[in-house]
Amino acid sequence: MFDALAEKIQSAIGKIAKKGRIDEETLNKGLREIKLALLEADVNYKVVSDFIKDIKEKALGAKVTKGVTAVQQLVKIVHDELVKTLGEKAEPLNLKSKPSVILLIGLQGSGKTTTSAKLAKLLKKQGKKVLLTSVDIYRPAAMLQLKKLGEQISVPVFLEENEKDAAKIAEDALKKAKKEGYDVLIVDTAGRLHIDEEMLKEAKEIKERIHPDEVLFVSDAMTGQEAVNIAKAFDENVGMTGIVLTKLDSDARGGVALSVKGVTGKPIKFAGVGEKIDDFEPFYPDRVASRILGM
Amino acid sequence: FKGREIDEELFEELEERLILADIGVKTSLQLIDELRKETKKRKLKTSDELLEVLKEKLKNLLSNYAGELRTENSPSVILVLGVNGVGKTTTIGKLAKQLKDKGKSVLLAAADTFRAAAIEQLEVWAERADVRIVKGSEGADPASVVFDAVQSLKARGEDILIVDTAGRLHNKDRLMKEIKKIKKVISREIPGEPSEILLVLDANTGQNAISQAKAFKEITDVTGIVLTKLDGTAKGGIVVAIASELKIPIKYIGIGEKIEDLRPFNPEEFVEELFS
Ligand SMILES: Nc1nc2c(ncn2[C@@H]2O[C@H](COP(=O)(O)OP(=O)(O)OP(=O)(O)O)[C@@H](O)[C@H]2O)c(=O)[nH]1
Ligand SMILES: Nc1nc2c(ncn2[C@@H]2O[C@H](COP(=O)(O)OP(=O)(O)OP(=O)(O)O)[C@@H](O)[C@H]2O)c(=O)[nH]1
Ligand SMILES: [K+]
Ligand SMILES: [Mg+2]
Ligand SMILES: [Mg+2]
Repeated sequence: MFDALAEKIQSAIGKIAKKGRIDEETLNKGLREIKLALLEADVNYKVVSDFIKDIKEKALGAKVTKGVTAVQQLVKIVHDELVKTLGEKAEPLNLKSKPSVILLIGLQGSGKTTTSAKLAKLLKKQGKKVLLTSVDIYRPAAMLQLKKLGEQISVPVFLEENEKDAAKIAEDALKKAKKEGYDVLIVDTAGRLHIDEEMLKEAKEIKERIHPDEVLFVSDAMTGQEAVNIAKAFDENVGMTGIVLTKLDSDARGGVALSVKGVTGKPIKFAGVGEKIDDFEPFYPDRVASRILGM
Repeated sequence: FKGREIDEELFEELEERLILADIGVKTSLQLIDELRKETKKRKLKTSDELLEVLKEKLKNLLSNYAGELRTENSPSVILVLGVNGVGKTTTIGKLAKQLKDKGKSVLLAAADTFRAAAIEQLEVWAERADVRIVKGSEGADPASVVFDAVQSLKARGEDILIVDTAGRLHNKDRLMKEIKKIKKVISREIPGEPSEILLVLDANTGQNAISQAKAFKEITDVTGIVLTKLDGTAKGGIVVAIASELKIPIKYIGIGEKIEDLRPFNPEEFVEELFS
């Protein structure tokens, strides 16, 4: 999905390459193309501007190293900058408590419920005893959706279908997890807008009552320019420890990866790559950066 | 942005605002280019004049692509399509209620037989809108569910059938081809139908929405767009590019999760919101 961007950047760099050396005018032209390519990939405008500024400073300040062409140097600078923005390495889950709690939050339809089941299956495979719960008291058949997914992977799902207090359900699920010796509790929440104060308060309340080890913000890879504001608002109002990028099996260029990581500083830990429960993988930032540049 | 002179910095800021509204790089640069020309030609002086010209341009463009739903035929069929999680099922619930309130008899077909609890989700909406629903079992062939629903619609002499389909990514061939099969069943059973094929787009989506609209239009004759989740901060500017490049009308906007949160698309209001 990063292929198109890779092509554009390579072509931009190729044009600079023809000139043999990088003077400021050529550099500006090349950077303008890189900028447009990143914008077309839905990287946020402000993130792109900072990114380009950084690269320019480094490119102009770079001393020519023997045996390395100016172009190779620019490619390396862009690559390093991408890796820096996306994070250096794949970040595993940080599950310390017993039971450990993972809370999933995000906008409506981003993929929280599906991701909850995917995570459950992954952890189960690692030999962990996993409990799922849904505190989505709003969306029609939301709890049933998780229940059915739980059945598919033989992971128990704790539900209180008549309870009207989401935080209470989470707390009860945690009690059960403690009592019955579960290793991990995964809490699926209702989708909510990042400007819905009531709903943000609810999420915060849930978080405060169950002290999650991980709060994962689930973000759709097809999201556009608003991704930064959304991620920032969730981070500031609820707090998060990591990000899951879903629907990476689409042909979206996924600039949102740069945006959400750039603005929150929180690592992207997993990638959703399909509707099926096995369509889930760790997110490797260095690989992605290399892919962007076709290296 | 108000009360300023028109200079290079202003154009750059305008570019930023257009792109931040998800209007897209290509369309934004094109608009800025046209604005530069108009500034010279019409001797525009202030940022306010410039913004007015831009708004007019967009309103004119979009008003060519603001369309009403065609449901005069009875029976008529509305097929609802889109990628995963954009709001298809919810939109159908809202639409069913509006049509029912207009005195139409409405039937829903639960042709998303793939996603867990998709059928039950639509059932709740059918209850809320107080309309009938035809469903198959989970994992059933969607086209066969649609066939059953059409028969039921005809047998009861009802006015409108709305078909809910599974979310599908536009770059997945096999899933896209399934749409053709569903459509074929409909037009074989009721010639001339579906009269509406609505593509649901999430306002939060960026450039990929163009790719979605292109692919769905290629596979079938999309008659209109429903732009959901405009109650967030996203502006949904991508429909500007879709209207101008693909000439697909925009019919409704979704502005919340409640049954009444569906409005006809209004170009004036939409453009004002783009710059608010
Ligand atoms: N193609 C694809 N589809 C996905 C992926 N993750 C989730 N989905 C689909 O996206 C849609 C929404 O997923 P859900 O898990 O219901 O999303 P949610 O965030 O729980 O939604 P709400 O509870 O309504 O806020 C469903 O159709 C899922 O099958 C993914 O990685 N790839
Ligand atoms: N804020 C807001 N949320 C919406 C709107 N429309 C739908 N939603 C929410 O978006 C989520 C997904 O909606 P669905 O109707 O299940 O979407 P779908 O396209 O049918 O999803 P799949 O069938 O899984 O592909 C749900 O949580 C809805 O409540 C809207 O206009 N505004
Ligand atoms: K909005
Ligand atoms: Mg959910
Ligand atoms: Mg649905």
